[in-house]
Amino acid sequence: MSCGDTKAGSCGGGCGCASKAGAGEALNLTGGSGVDAARRFFLKSASAFTTLALAPGVTLMAFAESTPASARPADQPVSSKNRWGLLIDAGKCADGCNDCVTACSTENGWASPVKHPATDAQWIRKLTVRDPKNGSSYSLPMMCQHCAEPPCVDVCPTGASFKRADGIVLVDRHICIGCRYCMMACPYKARSFVHEPLHDQKEHAPRGKGCVESCTMCVHRVDKGETPACVEACAKAGHNAMIFGDLNDPSSEIAKRVATYRTTRIRDDLGTDPGVYYQNI
Amino acid sequence: MARITFQKLDDHSPLFWGLLAMHAIVIAVGLGAVWYMEHHGHIVTGMNNAVVWGTPHVFAVFLIVAASGALNVASISSVFNRLAYKPFARLSGLLAIALLAGGLAVLVLDLGRPERLTVAMTTYNFKSIFSWNIYLYTGFFAIVAVYLFTMMDRGASKNPALNKAAGWFAFVWRLALTTGTGSIFGFLIARELYDSALMAPLFIAASFLYGLAFTVLVLFTMCRETRQALLSEEMVSSFRGLLVIFALAVLYFTIVFHLTNLYAAEHWKAEMFILRDGGIYTLLFWVGHILVGLLMPTAILLYAGTTSGKAMMSERRALTIASVLALIGGMSFMYATIIGGQAYPLDLFPGKEVSSSFLDGQVSAYAPSLPEVLLGLAGVSIAMLIVGVALKVMPFLPKGVEYDS
Repeated sequence: MSCGDTKAGSCGGGCGCASKAGAGEALNLTGGSGVDAARRFFLKSASAFTTLALAPGVTLMAFAESTPASARPADQPVSSKNRWGLLIDAGKCADGCNDCVTACSTENGWASPVKHPATDAQWIRKLTVRDPKNGSSYSLPMMCQHCAEPPCVDVCPTGASFKRADGIVLVDRHICIGCRYCMMACPYKARSFVHEPLHDQKEHAPRGKGCVESCTMCVHRVDKGETPACVEACAKAGHNAMIFGDLNDPSSEIAKRVATYRTTRIRDDLGTDPGVYYQNI
Repeated sequence: MARITFQKLDDHSPLFWGLLAMHAIVIAVGLGAVWYMEHHGHIVTGMNNAVVWGTPHVFAVFLIVAASGALNVASISSVFNRLAYKPFARLSGLLAIALLAGGLAVLVLDLGRPERLTVAMTTYNFKSIFSWNIYLYTGFFAIVAVYLFTMMDRGASKNPALNKAAGWFAFVWRLALTTGTGSIFGFLIARELYDSALMAPLFIAASFLYGLAFTVLVLFTMCRETRQALLSEEMVSSFRGLLVIFALAVLYFTIVFHLTNLYAAEHWKAEMFILRDGGIYTLLFWVGHILVGLLMPTAILLYAGTTSGKAMMSERRALTIASVLALIGGMSFMYATIIGGQAYPLDLFPGKEVSSSFLDGQVSAYAPSLPEVLLGLAGVSIAMLIVGVALKVMPFLPKGVEYDS
């Protein structure tokens, strides 16, 4: 598969390719061909109507809760006016609950539960953190922290690791040479190397043997105005431990909560300015 | 000073052909290992999502570091005007190019997507030290080639200023190159056992040691092949002294690196891992790197300079043994540093214990697989094959005094 491949679905948002002829407007990172806004509105309304008709009740609630972002018009580039981020409340993150991990795996096509913990890809995992002095512990999901100053992007020799203007850090699978230097540089062990040949990939999340990958913050969903799969799953499970939104928008829930409550970012001391905030840790 | 005459290898012994054949076979087997790893993916190696750089990187970085150091002799002759080193300057340059080629071959063939080498050569992120290194490595080839031209071309060699200029340029470039190689590790902010500006000078000192050790061993092998004393007793003594200085320099930077870390409480656990609790990494650090690679060569070489030492063994033999030990120590140093630094877990929550399905908080297991080792050995053989063939087709070696049969 080469960059700019026009086969439908051959270029997904997760790959980071800038020319998304096949995958549709929602995956366009830098702009692209114009799509009639009225048609888009019609399709969006129709899909929303169908969803409502088929899955009332819980789905309605989840859908309503998980739409803090609005779809970006396809003819507009990603803007630095947005800074997409996550707020994770460890106090609400249930021990033993793995719904966010399962949802990510299902959405993006990586295998979970993992068979080979050392070599299988894990875009998100549940961490148990324990204080050895007093025995207290908590669990939280850990994924790419979508840093504003990402070490993985700094060290990547080809620029395959890159940060979008809206803060989402991605790997362009077309120019990743598989050197793994980004994995050496990432302070969060957030990246995985594809050690084996892959089958049955998702159209929107192309993966490749010999390339590095990590959480894309479900960029293909975000560009459609939806929330990442993990956030949606957490809400569906009733935990509501994860909030997705625009940190740059003072009126967004995430920005309000980050401004109101004491939050922590993991290894904030390293100065990477992560886009993932944690509460109650 | 008497005019220096150079020679090609022409009267070949079974040793020469045997070595060439052996290197060719090792390269072929190594390429087979590459095909196997690329076909199945890195799953067939010992590498994983924590130890992402394995044995091939140990060989590759070792060879690249040694390549820079192999230019020692040429630099001493051109930059520091030591004419006694001049006869070996050509071989020094050749060895530098060959070792770098071997190291880079391993590095490239271990990529997840080696067929995308052209991408790496055409698409750059200039903030990446890796990108700088691509320029530093390719530039090194070009500069040393020009340097060799100024030594070997009939016209250019008559112009000492040209040679001196090329020598200076190559000298500065090699320091930059090894600084770049050390900084590949030194720039990693989250890896406690790498993140240090001292990585650059440590690697430079190590390059001096390993590069000279390679030069000495190739020279002595060629003495056997040509049945000539290619270097005088004075030169043997000089090399002996240099090797001691370089070994002590590596020891110094190693001590400062770890003392600095030990002074900061935040690094104690990481230091205890490498110095005391790290199993194979601790063993390789103390026994391989410090004892075998630094202290024993130093002791042997110093003893060889004494009257009783001279009575016990020749300086040549002492130099040979010390060089072999230094190279063994070099591989140990690289293994303990590169693999050990990754095996030690990232500290996501300082002061806390973490666990996960991704093996967070655990020392990562790594065992070299056979294909990895074969690829690494192929890198050494690529370097040695280049040297062997070059010595046959061009006059890199000085003419020496025939040994008495």
